[in-house]
Amino acid sequence: MMLERLFGDLTTAGRATLGAFLAILLALPFVASSYVNTVAIICLYLAFLGQAWNLMFGFAGLLSVGHALFVGLGAYTSAYLFVRHQVPPVIGILASVALAGTAAALIGSLAFRFAIGGVYFALLTIAFAEFTRILVDHAKFLGGTEGLFLPVGATSRQGIDLIHIRGWPAMYYYLILALCLGALLLCRLLLASRMGFYWRAIRDNPDAAAAAGVPIFRYRMYAVMISAALAGIAGVFYAFYYNNLFPEQVFGIERSVEVTLAPIVGGVGTAFGPILGAFVLTPLGESLSALVRWLQAQGIIAKQVRVDGVKQLFFGLAVMGIVLAQPRGLWPWICRRLRLFRPPSGQI
Amino acid sequence: MAALLEVSRLGKSFRGVRAVTDVSFAVAEREIVSLIGPNGAGKTTVFNLIAGVLRPDTGRVRLASRDITGLRPDQICAAGIARTFQLVKPFPELTVLENVVVGALRGTPDVAEARAAARRLLDVVELGEQADVPAAHLTLPDRKRLEVARALATGPKLLLLDEVVAGLRPTEADRMVRALRRLHDEAGLTILLIEHVMRAVMALSDHIVVLHHGEKISEGTPEHVVRDPAVLGCYLGQGVR
Repeated sequence: MMLERLFGDLTTAGRATLGAFLAILLALPFVASSYVNTVAIICLYLAFLGQAWNLMFGFAGLLSVGHALFVGLGAYTSAYLFVRHQVPPVIGILASVALAGTAAALIGSLAFRFAIGGVYFALLTIAFAEFTRILVDHAKFLGGTEGLFLPVGATSRQGIDLIHIRGWPAMYYYLILALCLGALLLCRLLLASRMGFYWRAIRDNPDAAAAAGVPIFRYRMYAVMISAALAGIAGVFYAFYYNNLFPEQVFGIERSVEVTLAPIVGGVGTAFGPILGAFVLTPLGESLSALVRWLQAQGIIAKQVRVDGVKQLFFGLAVMGIVLAQPRGLWPWICRRLRLFRPPSGQI
Repeated sequence: MAALLEVSRLGKSFRGVRAVTDVSFAVAEREIVSLIGPNGAGKTTVFNLIAGVLRPDTGRVRLASRDITGLRPDQICAAGIARTFQLVKPFPELTVLENVVVGALRGTPDVAEARAAARRLLDVVELGEQADVPAAHLTLPDRKRLEVARALATGPKLLLLDEVVAGLRPTEADRMVRALRRLHDEAGLTILLIEHVMRAVMALSDHIVVLHHGEKISEGTPEHVVRDPAVLGCYLGQGVR
């Protein structure tokens, strides 16, 4: 019933494509190597985070280049509660979401109250993320620059313990897959609701939206808080998957930029775009690393050259190429090509 | 007749430059009132003061005796005043229908219901066939019609129209005038409009208010206003006698 309402504008081709994609994702841990599984987890993590970021920028027109802040707050909160107070992440996540949402409410109310928009809003998000990074650098109770480590025992990578987010690698895979699908449903639901219409109206023209009766301050606050809450959840996953947190790695601006890439490549403002973007970019990055290593083995690239640097260069060029070829993202282009949606659909 | 909108002694300065000074007028229920005057007379400023885009320095705005001075634009809309923009402001990425749905969602949280209402309004302004086109693709006359439909969708008691006829070709202008006339006659809508096209003003108005240099220099029936020497003076540059 609800699925029909949310995905009713998909054509048969669209249903088949997405159904096949979902089937592959569900079967993956049974057929793929552990390396492919790890890459898939990163894909899904960035897809989930991309959806969170896209909700704010793609739907409501609010550009954040500081989403690492919300991820980091989520990660550190749950990790701290678990490490120092033995609070299981299943409860800690509530605090993570609350803190990330509160931070977003603070930034949002400052920005929207004083009419800080566009790039200035983006600068504000960067400032808060950097400020928090420096703060955590000096917070002894969070490990400071030395990092915060979650205990990993011999049995940590076995079984299924969702309360402590400990278990087989496949459990992490299915957990992030479920989060990703949940975010997709949430995005489609929101886009089809009054909230989604109001967000898109504010994004397209705030003055006209206000004149049409949209309380723009309130709806912008909803956008930043929901987006930050989702990013906070991603942070909890990050903390309990990687088991170590360093301020530089968690709050660094590279992290915030990384969040924006999948939705930009996949299609800003679309519900499926961030997922597609993540599944294009992450494998692209991995294959570029492999390519550089192969070229080194063949003696075409000098051995002293760092794989990471060369990979970054090619990766940047590839992203530029995609964005120049399809400025609106790959997903709208594929939709048109394969007729995945019945026109008109502003909510792909 | 009871006044639906009552503007009293409205004043607004921008960095010391007086844009509107001591302007008062009233719009009665089911009346069509035009606000006219040369460029820079302060007409759009008066609209923005009523619609909550600007906060007046002095004076009050009342809607059905309720003081709405200084409310935010969305609150003014909720109070029952909808407006169009002189420089049209569609939501370009949304379809024509979705543009109107945004307005219709003021009255109901139910999107399906809002869609149905929006479809009816698109037919009223003769945009039904373009319903599923992105608003960015519309021509200027169609964008003006869309502005009107979106404003109507919010279910207003009073409609503020900022130059919805100006810039249209004569046949398009006549179509717009007929549509507005029908809205007024059939839906009983009260309308306050800013207009440069005198033909439209004369065809529609029950009452005309004339602004010049931010002050009201004349008001009355169309027949009265066009014969007023003060009005002729400000338009033809003979100096006010």
